[in-house]
Amino acid sequence: MVAVTPVLDAPRELAPAGRRRVRVWRGLALGLAAVYFLLPLATSFWFTVHNERQGFSLAPYPRILAAEGFGTSMLLSLGLAAATIVVALGLTLPAMLAVRLGAPRLRPVLEVVCTLPLVVPPITFVSGIGTVLRSGPDLLATTPFWGTLMAIQDERFPLVLVLAYVVLALPFVYRSLDAGLRAIDVRTLVEAARGLGASWPYVLLRVLVPNLRSAITGAAFLTLALVLGEYTVAALLGYRTFPVWIVTVAGSEGQLSVAVSLLSLLIIWLLSLALSGAGAGRRRSS
Amino acid sequence: MTAGVEFRGLRRMFGRTVALDGLDLTVRPGELMALLGPSGCGKTTALRCVAGFEHPDEGAVVVDGEDVTRRPANRRDTGMVFQSYSLFPNLNVRDNVAFGLRVRKVPAARRHARAAELLELVGLPTHGERYPHELSGGQQQRVALARALAPEPRVLLLDEPLSALDAKVRLTLREEIRRLQLDLGITTVFVTHDQEEALSVADRVAVMREGRLEQCAPPAEVYDRPATPFVAEFVGTMNHLPGRLSSGEVTVLGMTLPVEGPLPATPEVDVLARPEAVLLTPDPDGEGLVVTSSFRGSSARLRVRLGDLEVLSDVPGHDTVRLAPGTRVGVGLVRRPVLVAGRAGES
Repeated sequence: MVAVTPVLDAPRELAPAGRRRVRVWRGLALGLAAVYFLLPLATSFWFTVHNERQGFSLAPYPRILAAEGFGTSMLLSLGLAAATIVVALGLTLPAMLAVRLGAPRLRPVLEVVCTLPLVVPPITFVSGIGTVLRSGPDLLATTPFWGTLMAIQDERFPLVLVLAYVVLALPFVYRSLDAGLRAIDVRTLVEAARGLGASWPYVLLRVLVPNLRSAITGAAFLTLALVLGEYTVAALLGYRTFPVWIVTVAGSEGQLSVAVSLLSLLIIWLLSLALSGAGAGRRRSS
Repeated sequence: MTAGVEFRGLRRMFGRTVALDGLDLTVRPGELMALLGPSGCGKTTALRCVAGFEHPDEGAVVVDGEDVTRRPANRRDTGMVFQSYSLFPNLNVRDNVAFGLRVRKVPAARRHARAAELLELVGLPTHGERYPHELSGGQQQRVALARALAPEPRVLLLDEPLSALDAKVRLTLREEIRRLQLDLGITTVFVTHDQEEALSVADRVAVMREGRLEQCAPPAEVYDRPATPFVAEFVGTMNHLPGRLSSGEVTVLGMTLPVEGPLPATPEVDVLARPEAVLLTPDPDGEGLVVTSSFRGSSARLRVRLGDLEVLSDVPGHDTVRLAPGTRVGVGLVRRPVLVAGRAGES
């Protein structure tokens, strides 16, 4: 220990000039990042609160809440996000565990399948869905699936969007869960729990999920952000989700639409913080 | 409470690799049986067949008279300690130990009392609120042991539980495992590739090779009377001295000694002799020359050149002065029956 300490401290001791240089570069990198991210936000904010006729005014912000369609589109998007998170995790986690424990050789196959949506442009994806939805009713008219096809397009809660978003979210959910699974010895934990008498659902819910909380939370963040920002699929299928509503408003009220965009960023950020806080809180309490 | 375990003709293949090739073995109730063998000999697969994590292609696993071969792992009533640290990272030590009881829906007060009792037993009574990452490797394995014992399993399975620990902790923990096993009288199967570990803690040692049992006997018997040349070679260190068979006796180093065990077909044989059975006498005209001496406290291991051969001999520590490197010595063997094997390179 005594011999090691000076070696570890040596680079710090070596040159105050070097340290200064590191500090300068660090500050420069942080400054550039801050300019890149914060400048557009600051100018957007300035655009929403200032115009040449009225000068400075926060009026667009209270107007958001009263704007027609804000509440319903926001609630729809949040509901779709929640459903997408549940379905994506419910499909991906058991599949990844099954492959990891029972058929490790299939891992590359699962990885390719889950990351494939990244290389399919949303426009191509939605045109495929559109074709199916258009031709489906004729093909399925005489089968019980006709009702199902109609139900998933219900405007109050279009399940077809959830199905589409699950596919779009798969790469992010897969990556996040894969990182979590790599960090723990899944096989040993499962065998230890099984050997102690735990059933498979008990192992999943009481052993694996708690130890994958960070990965699951990360997957949920990314899915939430994706759904609250996704425009192409919803717009082309004709649903009025939050991003579609923002674009609609932007055509008539420029200041209001930018204010809504800023507010939506803030909401996503707050929701992400809440999810992260919940995860950390549970980790502490467990 | 205590149960015997029987491996009946277990056979298990992984692709074309034979992991178990008709393993027959009986572990008596209350006994600590060590499964010893080189990597890939099938010892861990055999243990996992008892735990229910592997299923044999043929044969049966019988625990306490019940065939459990096809029973799921969670209904086998076994406790297992793994080679890698297997504590649940999200649970503190007390909850880890009480996990098996919680699964069995034991009331909280009773399972906490049992966890405290077990933690006392493994010498960690004050560590209940700590998390696995706050413990050393040795402490984690103690907790894993307590966790495995908490539900009072019929059989305790130990899969190289000490191999990730440093030498000093290994020594202490293996003695504690033996003490606990004797106190509780629990039937235990202990898998290890460390012969010293196996010989020091087990009631009987089962030496395995290529999925089959080579010998199952008490440690002293495995060491002193190995049933096969493989066992002789694998357990402890063995000298190979050229000898000649004649009428059930072998002539080696100018001595004629009785032979035990199977006799090879050819008269030219290797006589297998432990270093402690090789006797050295300082003799200026002796054929042997002490080349090196490594002191081990109460004893020393000498390397002696004998013509083209190198022979190892263990002598009492105080003999290292009169048997220093460079000393010429006469070499002989303790007079007792010896094991012989076909000469290396000959059929």
